[in-house]
Amino acid sequence: MKSNTGSALRGAGIRTWRKHSAYVGVAPFLLLVSIFLIWPTVSVVSGAFQDTKGKFAFSTIKSVLTSSIHLAAFKHSLQVSAITSITGAIIGALFAWAVSTGKQDGFLRRICLSASGVLAQFGGVMLTFAFLATFGFNGLVTTVFLKFAPHSFFGHPTWLYSMTGLCIVYSFFQIPLMFLVFLPTLDNLKPQWREASDGLGGTTTEYWRRVGIPVLTPAFLGSFLLLFANSFSAYATAASLISQGSIITPLEISGALSSETGSSNPALAKALSLGMVTVVIVVMALYTLLRKRVSRWEK
Amino acid sequence: MKLNKVSGSATVLILAIGIVGSAFVATSAQGAVKASAATSAADFGGLKGLVAACKVEKALNIIADPHDWANYGQIITGFKKAYGVKINEANPNGSSQDEINAANQLKGTTRAPDVFDLGQAVLYANFEVLAPYKVINWNSIPATFKAANGLYTKDYGGIMSVGYDASLGTVTKLDDLLGSQFAGKVALNGDPTKANAGQNGVLMASLANGGSLDDISAGVTWFKKLAAAGNFINVDPNPATIASGQTPVVFDWDYNQAAVQAKFAAAGKKWNVFFPAGALVGAYYNQAVDLYAPHPACARLWMEYLYSPVGQNAWLKGGSRPVLLDWMIKNKTVNKASLAALPTVKGNVVIATPNQSKAAADYLTANWTAAVGTR
Amino acid sequence: MKIWRRTILILVAFYLLLPIAAMADFSTKSLSGRRGFDSWRAIFQQPDLISAIMVSLELAAIVIALVFFLVVPTVVWVHLKLPRLRRVIEVICLLPLAIPGIVLVVGVSSIYRWISIHISESPLTLAAVYSMLVLPYTYRSLSASLNSVDVHTLAEAARTLGASTYKMLFGIVMPTIRSGVMSGAVISIALVLGEFTLSSLLNFQTMQVEINLVGQSDGGVAVAISLAALLFVFLLLVAIPTTINRKSQELETELA
Repeated sequence: MKSNTGSALRGAGIRTWRKHSAYVGVAPFLLLVSIFLIWPTVSVVSGAFQDTKGKFAFSTIKSVLTSSIHLAAFKHSLQVSAITSITGAIIGALFAWAVSTGKQDGFLRRICLSASGVLAQFGGVMLTFAFLATFGFNGLVTTVFLKFAPHSFFGHPTWLYSMTGLCIVYSFFQIPLMFLVFLPTLDNLKPQWREASDGLGGTTTEYWRRVGIPVLTPAFLGSFLLLFANSFSAYATAASLISQGSIITPLEISGALSSETGSSNPALAKALSLGMVTVVIVVMALYTLLRKRVSRWEK
Repeated sequence: MKLNKVSGSATVLILAIGIVGSAFVATSAQGAVKASAATSAADFGGLKGLVAACKVEKALNIIADPHDWANYGQIITGFKKAYGVKINEANPNGSSQDEINAANQLKGTTRAPDVFDLGQAVLYANFEVLAPYKVINWNSIPATFKAANGLYTKDYGGIMSVGYDASLGTVTKLDDLLGSQFAGKVALNGDPTKANAGQNGVLMASLANGGSLDDISAGVTWFKKLAAAGNFINVDPNPATIASGQTPVVFDWDYNQAAVQAKFAAAGKKWNVFFPAGALVGAYYNQAVDLYAPHPACARLWMEYLYSPVGQNAWLKGGSRPVLLDWMIKNKTVNKASLAALPTVKGNVVIATPNQSKAAADYLTANWTAAVGTR
Repeated sequence: MKIWRRTILILVAFYLLLPIAAMADFSTKSLSGRRGFDSWRAIFQQPDLISAIMVSLELAAIVIALVFFLVVPTVVWVHLKLPRLRRVIEVICLLPLAIPGIVLVVGVSSIYRWISIHISESPLTLAAVYSMLVLPYTYRSLSASLNSVDVHTLAEAARTLGASTYKMLFGIVMPTIRSGVMSGAVISIALVLGEFTLSSLLNFQTMQVEINLVGQSDGGVAVAISLAALLFVFLLLVAIPTTINRKSQELETELA
């Protein structure tokens, strides 16, 4: 038989173990996440504050902020994101409205949801080829326009590799994304409000002006912000479309990772990344705040 | 108690695996040490020994060697057939800088490149990843075409030219390309900040516009004009873009233009090649062995193959000027038909020195993106 | 209003379907100008492309396994046993939304260099970082399911009836949140098959990297395989929710 002191100590140990044993269950997940998510993020943020020799310094960040090339790329990134999220938000919202006013379990809705799911999350390289097949030199639209209107915008597809091209290609995944994100909000617009408004003698315009739009605006803005963050972070489509030059920040980062100047200055890619992360975090924080407001009336 | 026992045995097990594992790794690296330090075929006991060592390795990793670039396709097929070795071809349209990046990023893995074919600017910035090796025909290579310590050897040279689809008209001087019929049609083979062909294309434009090998700024200004006119596209020309007509005007080496000419002729179309008067920029590429080559014996056998008449004649057939050309003419191993088919160029061909290449690279890094940046 | 609705639907459908039609047109153009499936046939003549597709499919399978056996049980576990950690897990799972792929690759490349040398060179090691990318989508579908089903009561009932932890998690709780898990799994497949940023910058040949490479020499084949992949995922997304909806409806009527 074991001594009393021994079993008392062991008992205390077992109780502590039981109290904390649940944490063992999350250990594998936390390990995976720390290695492949937390540590890389920390490494990027801390690495941005280093100079070429690895010592703590603001020199890299300063050089990025004062370089006209980097600032121009940043400006282009913001421009593309702003343009595509505004157009995507408006068109996507209209699309969502058109589908939400239809049958709830209908065939149309299911097809639209699946198609949007594919296009919104699945773009990248394949989107580039889709667009080259449409608007490229031998593309469908180009051939048609060459026949009927050879000197028009679509007859001369050189814009495909410029900012204009990027905006048009990006909207191809922004519109479906808006549809996916905004549709649940429209679904939650309670029909009782419309009935109440009609019952009180309000017209369609008044309903939208006084009830619909104020209620929908936070959700709309939130979705717009999500689109902005999505477009700002996008890399694959631009990388496969634009083979020379780095006109937006993600392309600059991949260039920094692989260029000669980049290998002698590893902090450059990290400093540019820090800039990107800052923008995305600010946007996502605003988005979360807006979603909290939305969820309050959705219940 | 139980926990201690479990963690204790786990630790022992992990340690055991680690020790056995690293021992395994160490021994498997042993055999490769000899080959990766070899500086000539003599270290293998002659060519036969080298071939035997390569057959043990069974594979070769090459990078950025398109099949239609100076007829690399024939060399790759020939090497495979001669030695029964698998050739892994990575990133055919990559630039010299991409080759070095792959070497750095894949160092220590079996996918790292074994050999390099680099432009001058990138070569001179990356000596530390090269392994010295002198081929059997080393002494026949002219002194100006090789590094005395065997770190690299020039392989084939060409002259920068402008190739274009003949249906667009005729180009007699560089400024013709500023015309409206070339809107959105002119491409440089490679980003000048990364690719040798791109850099030399801008150098050629510089010489044609009053600049010199020491001053590439005139070329950058000319391309800025071209971009402002809407004629320059920042797209890498490749077989797909040329075939589809997306890049009907390409600044590239004359041997690459020869390949396009052959393809166009086969399709019943015509591809013209234009050399600007007084702006004949030539350059040689450089072959070298990767210091961390995963297949060191095959890497060196590849070098021997390239610097034998078989390899050299293949490059000659591709329209380029291989470095052993004079030696082959002298000992009559040269392919007479290919020699006769080499384009003759009137005028003085100038070649940039390493210092001039570096100065040009630095200027481009600072000014290219801003000059041709996006609309 | 019906006219507006119809017009918008038609316009958007046109805008979204136009590239699909163009891809079908482009990929069936043959050299001599006639319609032909040359490009489609050529897909099978590219061994690198086929092996890259296999790699991507295997990666999708591994990621789903990781989600199924690691992420989902952890989230459920936290939901049940460690409510204090719920906020932490939520932040962790939503963190990838704030870290663009291009930024993640900057931080993760040194880890993968180490893995390539010391553990394995196989592209399947990408599954680890891919599972990070799918976290937000998995978590969102999961938390929706967890909030709709009273998991606490279920777990308690299972425990009192003598089920082991494993049986409780995998035999009782998981099936009830199956719809959330399935939709998360489908999005994971789409994400893994479409991923380019990490695989290209970490030098792995996955499907998207190979499509991009093929596109440099043969545009027709690249367009053909892109169209095939898009259609495949579309059919997947259409098919699976239908089976889920039916089964979850059956389950709800049983539980009621």
